[in-house]
Amino acid sequence: MYTPHTKKDREEMLKTIGASSFEELVKQVPSKFLWPKFDLPQQSLDESQAAALLAGLAGKNCRPLNFVGAGAYERYTPAAVGAITSRTEFLTAYTPYQPEASQGTLQAIYEFQSTVCALYGMDCANASMYDGASSFAEAVRAAVRVTGRKKIVYAAGVNPQYMDTLKTYFAHSAEYTYVKVPMKDGVMDRAALPALLEGAACLAVQTPNFLGMIEDMAGVADLTKAAGALLVAAADPVSLGLLAAPGEYGADFAVGEGQSLGLPLAYGGPYLGLFSCKKEHVRQMPGRICGLTKDKDGKRGFVLTLQAREQHIRRDKAASNICSNEALCALAATVYSALYGPEGLKELAEANAGAAAFAAERLSAIKGCSLKFKGPFFNEFVLGVPGSAAALREKVLAMKGIDIGLPLAPLYPELGETLLVCATETKTEADILKLEAAVKEAI
Amino acid sequence: MSKPEELKYTKTHEYVHPGAEAVVGISDHAQHEMGDVVFVELPKVGQKLEKEKPCAVVESVKSAFDIYSPVSGEVTAVNAAVTGEPALLNQSPLENGWLFKIKPSNPAEADGLMDWNAYQEFVKQAAH
Amino acid sequence: MICAATDNQLSIEKSAPGRRGLHAKNPLRARADVPANLRRKTAPRLPELAELDVMRHYTRLSRLNFSVDTHFYPLGSCTMKYNPRFNEAAAALEGFAGLHPLAHDVCAQGTLELLHDLSARLTELCGLDAITLQPAAGAHSEFTGLLLAKAYFENKGETRTEIVVPDSAHGTNPATASMMGFTTVNIASKPDGRLDVAELKKHIGPKTAVLMLTVPNTLGIFESNIEEICRAVHEAGALVYMDGANLNALIGMVKPGDLGIDMMHLNFHKTFSTPHGGGGPGAGAIVCRKHLAPFLPVPTVKKEGSRYVSDFGDARSIGKVKAFFGNTGVLVKAYAYMLAHSAEELGDIARYSIINANYIRALLKEMYPSYSSEYCMHECVLTPGKDMLDKGLKTLDVAKGLIDRGFHAPTIYFPLIVHEAIMIEPTETESKETLDQFAAAMKDVHDSGVADPQALKDAPVTLPVKRLDEVQAARQPNLRW
Repeated sequence: MYTPHTKKDREEMLKTIGASSFEELVKQVPSKFLWPKFDLPQQSLDESQAAALLAGLAGKNCRPLNFVGAGAYERYTPAAVGAITSRTEFLTAYTPYQPEASQGTLQAIYEFQSTVCALYGMDCANASMYDGASSFAEAVRAAVRVTGRKKIVYAAGVNPQYMDTLKTYFAHSAEYTYVKVPMKDGVMDRAALPALLEGAACLAVQTPNFLGMIEDMAGVADLTKAAGALLVAAADPVSLGLLAAPGEYGADFAVGEGQSLGLPLAYGGPYLGLFSCKKEHVRQMPGRICGLTKDKDGKRGFVLTLQAREQHIRRDKAASNICSNEALCALAATVYSALYGPEGLKELAEANAGAAAFAAERLSAIKGCSLKFKGPFFNEFVLGVPGSAAALREKVLAMKGIDIGLPLAPLYPELGETLLVCATETKTEADILKLEAAVKEAI
Repeated sequence: MSKPEELKYTKTHEYVHPGAEAVVGISDHAQHEMGDVVFVELPKVGQKLEKEKPCAVVESVKSAFDIYSPVSGEVTAVNAAVTGEPALLNQSPLENGWLFKIKPSNPAEADGLMDWNAYQEFVKQAAH
Repeated sequence: MICAATDNQLSIEKSAPGRRGLHAKNPLRARADVPANLRRKTAPRLPELAELDVMRHYTRLSRLNFSVDTHFYPLGSCTMKYNPRFNEAAAALEGFAGLHPLAHDVCAQGTLELLHDLSARLTELCGLDAITLQPAAGAHSEFTGLLLAKAYFENKGETRTEIVVPDSAHGTNPATASMMGFTTVNIASKPDGRLDVAELKKHIGPKTAVLMLTVPNTLGIFESNIEEICRAVHEAGALVYMDGANLNALIGMVKPGDLGIDMMHLNFHKTFSTPHGGGGPGAGAIVCRKHLAPFLPVPTVKKEGSRYVSDFGDARSIGKVKAFFGNTGVLVKAYAYMLAHSAEELGDIARYSIINANYIRALLKEMYPSYSSEYCMHECVLTPGKDMLDKGLKTLDVAKGLIDRGFHAPTIYFPLIVHEAIMIEPTETESKETLDQFAAAMKDVHDSGVADPQALKDAPVTLPVKRLDEVQAARQPNLRW
């Protein structure tokens, strides 16, 4: 209970209001609806009781040594990030609708937008979306608006959850068609592109793709441009400490899942949708955008801008119905990026690539196991295993408390019995040797 | 270029200067109501417009307004200056701030629009 | 708000080449083997700072904000109640925060049990039958709700294309309808802000899919005719969607399901006390009746014997509206909040939110007349008095004047149907003393504004910046360093 009212307060307030009782205030509600019986606990818990109950529940989640990635990555969250995001002035503020009283949040958003632009090599970015999947769907929607075309070409390596979300967004119309670029050696088959891109709104590619493979994007933008289509690129932001930035290879829209920038896994959210684009598409950006301006004395200040697009003003003409961003998550990602800086992010990306390379080397040497694809990968890879991958995962989990990876058969049946194995910078050489031993023993 | 008396007006506050190449813009009253214009999106040259259908967008800081074509026809020119400098719509809606030119497919359509006196009366009525 | 007046630098402007904050020293780095042609050509232009630089920079920024913990924040329609710190501690428990979204169900029993119990409590609280916790926020819930409606009608073999929305609705309602390919039918409210039932009946028929209704409405008034409204909509074969943004007025006092609605959404960052974080993350839910349940997004949580499992439903499900389960981290906070309230204490939330709103309305009635002559529910909509308007003072000036007096501004210029609207939602967690101080500040804004209008038009003057040039910001967008 967090209400401060004493009995005396209540009496005095009703008196000031001029009501004889609370019931008089709610007489607009038909009385038969008031105070029904709720089948809810008749006793609340005090804080220590609630803490004990929640600690018990948290304890029922087991903490395996985790090698599952697949769109959400285990990261160390630096203490300084938590120290900033738990600052009450950031945590308990609302959307910065009164800019003079919200300069902290606004400047942080401006710096977030700048950080996203820097990482992705793009011209402009918004104040964030719900998650990588919603950013991806919004980018494809924007490409459809810009081109007026309804054919969406996507690489087979795009995260299947992103495609599911996109299809849900477009569920209202059967006019949209989805054309998959087939996979060859774990990456998209470049030779198939020119024919498939004819009449397309966009080519949507993810790199590193869902299977961890790095797509070679050189020349892809030329192909899309030649077809009058736009290039939508999804990329993990930490990978961009090392890998080619979407702006460098000519993407029109670049998106990503910002969870990677030090946010907790938290069983799926809250995460952080990164959304950026070329300058000419700035007004196609959905959601909130912060801009730098001056106050009446000429002093630097920040405001939400390009707001006329926003749903609360344009109502049914809005680009999107989304009105919240993930400001606190955006702040965390901004602080994380500032703490590591360009050099630190490069080290992080290398640590990921190095840990995954080591894990791939050790696991693929086990009898019956093999690397499914030969090309370069970032921090995860597809491992072929003998027998059922799902059964192997459950066995090692039960025996050793190690989650060895995500069985891919439900998503990519054509790959056979395989696991998507991920190793981030949180995994040491010893961890990986433990993984190797456990898999060896279970097989 | 235009005096307010020479123009015809719609109920949605666009004006048209009738002719073989008719000029379309927004009325002085409209720009005043919108406040500072920050962005203008125009139709494309060659685009075919239908009377009373949205064909352009004008944005102020807080709101976006659809612009409805006063007559049907094909766009023959657009005013690139206003996309680069939206303030022209506020400073000079009837002259430098025109939006586009259109070749009317049915010139009689303009006859049905309000003249200056009728428009002034319309604005006065709407204020009540 | 003590800060060096000259320091308004961006982090990048404090950067020094070669300065380092954190490192990543895992020796496996040496094994990274990415071909040169796949690497980026230029390093990202990010600040190079020491950890103290970063801490000081963002700590300074934090102090430029108003927030619930530092200021009374009566933003109408936003329910800026106290965000209990206990909720934060709960969500931060490593068992919850460290759980991978694709973890095997065996590893997620604690979280699944929590989600299962939270689902059960919330459906009971709403008097409905089923729930999804997947939506990331309120507008996202609306989107989910309309998808359910669409799937429901498709399954019945009906094509319905119209969404009916009153003109007092939140702007997200028509935006969501449009995004979904529906046509919006706007209905004018009666002068008291209620829906005109006769007018409604004229606009509903075989094309109507859903009526979206905010209860209480955005004027803080309860739709007294709700039963008749729901009956009329159901007779037309359509569904009633309740926008639950204002649930704080009803929680524990009225079961929305009893009113006859088919589905509603919840905003955890409003009614259930999770922090707004400067604009998110939030979390939402759709709670619905049995006939819509088969269409809910997947997965939901189900109990099988003593174990909790993810339930992937059947082909009727609309699929996913978000990757993974939803904003589980926020849901843990909402659950912690539910644990702190018995059934009766939940009712006290509605009770005191209503008393507080009416108390403010009564204290201010002489200077800021209420739009409605009735008592309000959890929020009141006022306007500046004639004496202020006559001096050219507007709602915006009141807002800025309040900020100078240490109070966050109410919601302004919403709902759109009220000219110069000032929408105040004090919430149940504010004390009588705070409300008295707020009323005194509103009175001071009024008195000093009437005496010296220009001074109020110059407000704010006590903050880090004065009124900002939004025109320049929009004409020449500067969106990044």
